[in-house]
Amino acid sequence: MLSRQTWRVIGTLGLRSAKQTFRRPQLMAPLIVFPTLLLAIQVGGAGRAVDLEGFPPVDSFLAFMLAGAMIQSTLLAGNSGGIALAVDIEMGFTDRLLAAPIPRYAMVFGRLVGTALLGLFTAFWFLAIGFVFGVQFTEGPLGIVVMIALVVASAVAFGSIGAAIALRSGSASVVQGMFPLVFVILFLSTAFFPQDLLQQPAQAIAEYNPLSFIINAVRDPVVFAFTTEDMLKALLGIAIIGALGAVLCARAMRHRLRVG
Amino acid sequence: MAAIEVEGLERKFEGGITAVDGVDLEVADGEIFSFLGPNGAGKTTTVRMLTTLLRPTGGVARVSGHNVVEDPAAVRRSIGVALQEAALDPLMTGRELIRLQATLHALPPDQVTSRADALLRRVGLTDAADRRIGGYSGGMQRRLDLASALVHEPRVLFLDEPTTGLDPVSRKTIWEEVEKLNDEGTTVFLTTQYLEEADQLADRVAIISDGKIVAEGTPASLKAEVGKPRLEVSVAEGTPAECEDVLSEFGERLPAKDGTMIVELSRGAAEIAPVVRALDERGILVEALELVEPTLDDVFVEKTGQHLEAADDESAPDPGTGEREALAE
Repeated sequence: MLSRQTWRVIGTLGLRSAKQTFRRPQLMAPLIVFPTLLLAIQVGGAGRAVDLEGFPPVDSFLAFMLAGAMIQSTLLAGNSGGIALAVDIEMGFTDRLLAAPIPRYAMVFGRLVGTALLGLFTAFWFLAIGFVFGVQFTEGPLGIVVMIALVVASAVAFGSIGAAIALRSGSASVVQGMFPLVFVILFLSTAFFPQDLLQQPAQAIAEYNPLSFIINAVRDPVVFAFTTEDMLKALLGIAIIGALGAVLCARAMRHRLRVG
Repeated sequence: MAAIEVEGLERKFEGGITAVDGVDLEVADGEIFSFLGPNGAGKTTTVRMLTTLLRPTGGVARVSGHNVVEDPAAVRRSIGVALQEAALDPLMTGRELIRLQATLHALPPDQVTSRADALLRRVGLTDAADRRIGGYSGGMQRRLDLASALVHEPRVLFLDEPTTGLDPVSRKTIWEEVEKLNDEGTTVFLTTQYLEEADQLADRVAIISDGKIVAEGTPASLKAEVGKPRLEVSVAEGTPAECEDVLSEFGERLPAKDGTMIVELSRGAAEIAPVVRALDERGILVEALELVEPTLDDVFVEKTGQHLEAADDESAPDPGTGEREALAE
């Protein structure tokens, strides 16, 4: 059980982390600009994909794509959080935290709270785009709440991976180097195309890609309906990524403290 | 109880680099203790161990009575730290940083604002408090860093090269603040590569070279160890031989430098007047006369065979820092 003071520290560090991203355009821009542009290009250029045989019945291609754009944005938020943490390490700011009487994990939790806030922001951003362009949310307000919750939880899980890489490498350029991987992982999931229409081996990879689980569950309330199976798979995907991130973070932190 | 007690402190890095090699020291409560040495001597590595940022590989260190390895949380509660190259986030404002630091040190929320205001006033940053730190000058950043280290009124303050890279005015401001803090009862552990800083501020100085303490004592006692004050005399042409005879009566003659004759005064500065009288009685026309006191650099030369500045130029980055960077890659 965390003490009240530890919660206060985590909250303060989370707020600082979010402010840091908003004040550094090079961290903020990729979260919003890239996914929005990609969404615009894909919806504008490949909108007729919905007419393909085997494409699930949807109101619009935008409605289908919205979940992919949201998760792409949260992946980038995790990456940005990692870059920001690495910048803190490079400029010695983490020493300030490590020399303070706070639990070591509060430093990482604070960063993840910041990433969660960014996830919340991106969820609202893409929901706003959906509303503006007339997307109908089949599951209504409850569906929207579930979408937001999944997006925020995903941001935290992806953020933990970014934080682990930052803690281990201590280098912003190394974390930034992970940026292209985000797109590889996304294109090998159901983010931009239904699984049945992907070619092999992408289809097989997408079937087991935890990202697909999350995207499918975020997509359900927009274009289809809630299914218990998709929801459980999404929670499992988030849990797997989060657990992996937590283990890697703990190991990286131990290493960092050992080498100073 | 001593504020800091260190016995056989050692830090070895992977690759066989020994950054700190069996350091012993004791800093009394209320003292300003200076760790003087060139870059790479082990100063920062020692501070990082004493502030619990780096685990020693040998020896024992206690700060405010708490073992840095066994009870690091208690150490962190009792110390304030301003590390080398002020570790500040350029995107935060000065006020945000102090408030954050206050939260980290568990100041009650209702005291955070007043404490931040008081500290910003203390270091003369009230007007700049809501500006981003990235726009501060080097001196302002150092003052802010110092203020942030004081937020919880620590018993022991660690300052790692607090004035490196600062202009003389900013340096003097920091010195005044350090002296004021010490007058208020704070023990200060200060690392520096500036002789003048150690000489002016410190009650006691330890000179570190290659990870080992090579000399320790008050600035005056260290200087007294390496020799007596020297009198450097330049005379008008035609009288140097006679002048040499006079000077020899007052102490050991040292080799002349650029035509200036040098004598080590056996009874110190008290002999200046007799020397001047003797020269005058012989009708020797003195062009220049200067009393040169031994400096901490002389102590450094005596103990290491190198001048501090020269050692600084030749040395690699601090092994502690360098190693960290290497391992981080």
